[in-house]
Amino acid sequence: MENLPFFPDSASTVSAGVDGLYFAWLALSGVVALAIAVVIVIFAIKYRRGSAANRRIVEGEAHERTIRRIEYAWMLIPLAIFLGMFVWSAVVYYRSATVPKNALPVYVVAKQWMWHLEHPGGRREIDELHVPIGRPIELVMTSQDVIHSFSLPDFRVKQDVLPGRYTTLWFEATRTGEYRLFCTQYCGADHSRMIGRVVVMEPAAFERWLSAAGGGGSMAARGAARFREFGCIGCHDVNSTVRAPPLEGIFGKPVRLQDGSWVVADERFIRDAVLLPNKDVPAGYDAIMPSYRNQIDEEGLLEIIEYIKSSGNVSQGSRP
Amino acid sequence: MSSVPILPNENYLTAGFRLWTWLTTLDHKRIGILYTISITVLFLIGGSAAALIRLDLLTPHSELVSTETYNKLFTMHGVIMVWFFLIPSIPATLGNFLVPIMIGARDLAFPRLNLLSWYLYVIGALFTVGALIAGGVDTGWTFYTPFSTMFSNTHVFAVVAGVFIAGFSSILTGLNFMVTIHEMRAPGMTWFRMPLFIWAMYATSLILVLATPVLAMTLFLITMERVFGIGVFDPALGGDPLLFQHLFWFYSHPAVYIMIVPAMGVASEIIACFARKSVFGYRFMAYAMLAIAGFGFVVWGHHMFVSGQSAYAGTVFSVLTFLVSVPSAVKVFNWTATLYKSHISFEAPMLYALGFVGLFTIGGLTGLFLASLGLDVHLHDTYFVVAHFHYIMVGGAVMAFFGGIHFWWPKITGRMYPEDWGRASALFIFFGFNLTFFPQFIVGYLGMPRRYPEYPPEFQVWNVLSSAGASILAIGYALPLFYLMWSLRYGPPAPANPWGAKGLEWQTTSPPPPENFAATPVVDEPAYNYAEEPADG
Repeated sequence: MENLPFFPDSASTVSAGVDGLYFAWLALSGVVALAIAVVIVIFAIKYRRGSAANRRIVEGEAHERTIRRIEYAWMLIPLAIFLGMFVWSAVVYYRSATVPKNALPVYVVAKQWMWHLEHPGGRREIDELHVPIGRPIELVMTSQDVIHSFSLPDFRVKQDVLPGRYTTLWFEATRTGEYRLFCTQYCGADHSRMIGRVVVMEPAAFERWLSAAGGGGSMAARGAARFREFGCIGCHDVNSTVRAPPLEGIFGKPVRLQDGSWVVADERFIRDAVLLPNKDVPAGYDAIMPSYRNQIDEEGLLEIIEYIKSSGNVSQGSRP
Repeated sequence: MSSVPILPNENYLTAGFRLWTWLTTLDHKRIGILYTISITVLFLIGGSAAALIRLDLLTPHSELVSTETYNKLFTMHGVIMVWFFLIPSIPATLGNFLVPIMIGARDLAFPRLNLLSWYLYVIGALFTVGALIAGGVDTGWTFYTPFSTMFSNTHVFAVVAGVFIAGFSSILTGLNFMVTIHEMRAPGMTWFRMPLFIWAMYATSLILVLATPVLAMTLFLITMERVFGIGVFDPALGGDPLLFQHLFWFYSHPAVYIMIVPAMGVASEIIACFARKSVFGYRFMAYAMLAIAGFGFVVWGHHMFVSGQSAYAGTVFSVLTFLVSVPSAVKVFNWTATLYKSHISFEAPMLYALGFVGLFTIGGLTGLFLASLGLDVHLHDTYFVVAHFHYIMVGGAVMAFFGGIHFWWPKITGRMYPEDWGRASALFIFFGFNLTFFPQFIVGYLGMPRRYPEYPPEFQVWNVLSSAGASILAIGYALPLFYLMWSLRYGPPAPANPWGAKGLEWQTTSPPPPENFAATPVVDEPAYNYAEEPADG
């Protein structure tokens, strides 16, 4: 079995659920395929041309009715099975699509052909992701160029990473060790080299690893520096004379827009506010903010987002 | 071979031998042959690309070709096989030849449009093959943006233009078939007396006519963004890359049914003939094909479960996908039930048709794995998907295409092919196919991503098995090329109805006269009316 692998490692909280679906389908489709094959072989032998088998069929209304009943039966029975499997698979899906509240964020920027990862504490990695065991991890991901996909087969999770927006992926590792990371969305010449590994560590070892970071400070600290560097502070500071919304504690809160609608100030909202400031203008403010497109890179944006998240955010406790 | 028998009758093949008479022909049968020759050439090019891919994947390191070359190989394999082989395969060759004859008509409704379809196909193919010679293209057949519009440095425009032009060939063929089937059926050929092959061509034509324009628009938008920098799909230009995926799959998922529904039609004809029995649940079979064509338009989002599409959209697309698999399941059950109390013989076309049923069943069942939201997240973009769609498109569609070519070969050419060779090639293809693609399900669940020239060493054993299977498959595909060619000259002349089959095409001579029938036939019985005759043998 060592050299003839059939199943990947099962190393996350969702992998058993996905495997359960897989085994159910294997059993179901195995039975159906085998049954069809057996029936065809039996018929092929029994009703081969020239054989002495009884072939009498009584034509007529009763026969027609039987055929209709058979047709409806093999329409409705598969339909019922399919709908049952659909519900099961949707349940499994929503479990892996709903990010737990206490998830530890890690920021991911994909580019041809490498993965840049950054922990809120400031530690950065390339093509590697260190995580603690038994703690949900939320990846907030974007791409600098084309579409990539962050895939961890041993965890049974995968999510495309798009330019111009954030997608999220979460998992909770259940076993320490090293696991493969693949890019699964074709992204050009070195697509198959855009691979890496996830290192799952005991919490204490992870804390040591995390604090062994070189200088540079936390993401929020770097974000604060950018906030000054780009002059954001000139308008968004509480003492500023220009009318701009204060950003302290805004993350995760609903914001009322000029047209009266409400949006949640999430990562996407902040990103759009920086790059496309006229898209969602908060109610009571003028659309006077300049765009920072082509001035700030993806890493810088994520640092500013982390800075805004950390500034006076009450839920900060769960996001160390 | 001592003497070459001369075909007895004046027929469509003998009516003018010069190249010019072929290139300007308006005879649907000759246009069908022009298509057959063209798609065979393209199949060989696309197949060569596949052979190189499988050779390269023998080892975890890409030792045969560079990663750039590998990317161009799988792109050309996909583009050529999808648009220049599979989509035209059954409709443009067998469909062109058979649609008028099977409904008792003299030709298609618009013979000149039919010839134009073939020229458009050839022009599109020249663009695409030209791009291949000029250095290739590396976007994958899916042309995902913004890679295809802003990042690829290869001949995207030429290939997109080729596919765009070939698309109009599809639209015109679909239109021609629909009008012909509506308007030109012989007296007595009511809708529910039509052979299921005609129903299949009708359902396919609906998809060709309704879906292909969306592909044309999408390719046009790619060109606008790539050539003129008009932002549609690239976020850097204010576009949305997911919009491309929606538009692309709105065409490309129905395109799968353009490939498989004709195959279902062919299999129905062959199974009924060699089982000497009417297709079980004939009406349900006809309705099932229409249902597949219809539902096929509303399931495209199952290609996008991990794309960033909303979870709710994913849920809706998942349940709709389960719905479309019901009529497909019904068809498999009906083919199986057709064999009950029948008189089966096992000539090559029947082996192909039974092989089709088996491979299509596995392809369909594994599609259910992928329709399951929670499971697809893991399987998406792995070799499991590659194996699944090859079971449908190659195991299903190509197997049926080869079965159809053997079944109607006597009618088309007036010659019998060598039966033993035909059976041997069917078995080679069936076993070679399974050995090639079944290991890919396993390596896919292990997590091996698609479009990887280099892969971790633990996946190698399955790739070696797969490549070994591909060499058997190649033999299976190459054999008919030789013995069918041989039969053109040395095969025994075919009688009008060598299989004892029902259907109008078997009532006219082999090969048929230019006008198909001496007098317009009158139909007074249902399709597959085998029951009335006592079984022979």
